[in-house]
Amino acid sequence: MTRSTTARPFAELLALTRTIAREVAAKHADSVDRDARFPSETLAALKDAKLLSTLVPSALGGDGASLSELAQLCSVLAEGCSSSAMILAMHQIQVACLVRHGQDTPFFQNYLRLMVSSQPLIGSVTSEVGTFGDTRSSICGVEVAGDRFTLMKKATTVSYGAYCDALLLTCRRNPETSASDQVLVLATKDDYQLKQTTAWDTLGMRGTNSPGFEVHCQGSAEQILPGAYADSSAMSMVPYSHVLWSALWQGIAADAVGRAATMVRAEARKTPGTTPTSAIRLAQVHSDLQAMKHHWQATANEFDQLEATDAGRTELLSLGWALKFNNLKTSCSDMAPRIVHQALQITGIMGYKNDSPYSVGRHYRDVLSASLMVSNDRIAAKSASMLLVFKDT
Amino acid sequence: MPTNAPTSPLTASERVRQVLKAHGRLATAIESLGDTDSLYQAGLTSHASINVMLGLEGEFNIEFPDSLLKRGTFESVAAITSALETLTPG
Ligand SMILES: Cc1cc2nc3c(=O)[nH]c(=O)nc-3n(C[C@H](O)[C@H](O)[C@H](O)COP(=O)(O)OP(=O)(O)OC[C@H]3O[C@@H](n4cnc5c(N)ncnc54)[C@H](O)[C@@H]3O)c2cc1C
Repeated sequence: MTRSTTARPFAELLALTRTIAREVAAKHADSVDRDARFPSETLAALKDAKLLSTLVPSALGGDGASLSELAQLCSVLAEGCSSSAMILAMHQIQVACLVRHGQDTPFFQNYLRLMVSSQPLIGSVTSEVGTFGDTRSSICGVEVAGDRFTLMKKATTVSYGAYCDALLLTCRRNPETSASDQVLVLATKDDYQLKQTTAWDTLGMRGTNSPGFEVHCQGSAEQILPGAYADSSAMSMVPYSHVLWSALWQGIAADAVGRAATMVRAEARKTPGTTPTSAIRLAQVHSDLQAMKHHWQATANEFDQLEATDAGRTELLSLGWALKFNNLKTSCSDMAPRIVHQALQITGIMGYKNDSPYSVGRHYRDVLSASLMVSNDRIAAKSASMLLVFKDT
Repeated sequence: MPTNAPTSPLTASERVRQVLKAHGRLATAIESLGDTDSLYQAGLTSHASINVMLGLEGEFNIEFPDSLLKRGTFESVAAITSALETLTPG
């Protein structure tokens, strides 16, 4: 996508995000984690800098950022605060679905244009009581009467649900159809009422504030995203989720390794001429971190190149691409805790203490969510079944 | 139409329907669906579609190239039958 005059250069978006990561997100990360509270300072700063509309096409007033650019932004923010980065990533994933599947309708075009001026934060409601983590099936169905819809969904987990300006929900195309015949529905704040059903007191990612909610919504039928969720899931939700998540998990791991490296350097300064033993561990973990980074970068670049071709989007519906995104997600989510574990071995007791500048406890707890957030076992089972017919030729 | 059973009394689309009946786990009975009706709307999940692909590869003695392993290929009985027509038994 070529940038128009409204679009800011990527270097500017990166610099803005880096400043927010260091000066806002990192400063509040410990209290956000300790109190399991929404990172309101960071989100206010992101909205102020108009970083919630970076994905909106430049023709509609946004920055038209590519997937690899967005991934870099999420990774940089994660170095300051994991929960803030997860919230930014989740929001961008929802925007990706609207941009890529709604842009041709007047309603969504207008919504995207408004996003630039009002910077709404959009949440994701794919989880549902009774579907057990399978995002590709829904129990609830949207009911359309005339030009209005109504929908009630019992969601198990909705990140920053109480702080959203809009929600994007999966549901059946109508109550009578099959569980996998799904659509996406955008509900804006005036359209829904939330009833919180569970709490969010977790090991990590505490600032995402992701309890269960019963969501009651009603609105205009135009708010139903055109097409099937089967397609928007494969072409947009899965690619953006797995790349942006992997990038932010890598950012968390990078900050943990950064803390370990600072400690190794401090030790080296005491005895110039002798390489500290911990430097060997640092060399090893540094290589793992680079492999992780290259994995998401390569996938994002390949995706961006594919987007530039005519046949690009439909290619994403192939098993080859589904496997690529699955592999990225399972590999990075396994790698992140291992890297943080290695950083902990380097920092030792100083990393184990919560009140030390070398502390990696929060990082460790946060990355443990990676393999659960769409269960790796579930993904591996899907990949295993795809490999029964995929020939990779 | 490729077939490894030239004496089979069934047409290709009837054989496709048999495979769908055995492996498609459709919410709507296959008998009540037309050749161009959406199998996905009838409840074909991505997991069941893999079993349908395996069933078809066995029944028609063919291998789907990766380029055909897309949702669109398995959209309807007609779509599957026309994809099979492009393949020769191995
Ligand atoms: C930090 C965080 C934020 C989240 N935010 C949101 C949000 O904003 N919106 C939202 O909708 N959801 C959100 N979720 C929920 C997420 O989308 C998943 O629904 C949830 O993590 C899956 O829950 P589960 O462990 O019960 O899943 P399941 O996938 O049902 O897994 C449960 C267990 O069953 C096993 N299992 C399940 N299926 C298979 C299979 N086919 N083969 C082998 N083993 C299997 C798994 O190994 C696992 O042990 C969030 C989750 C986290 C961790």
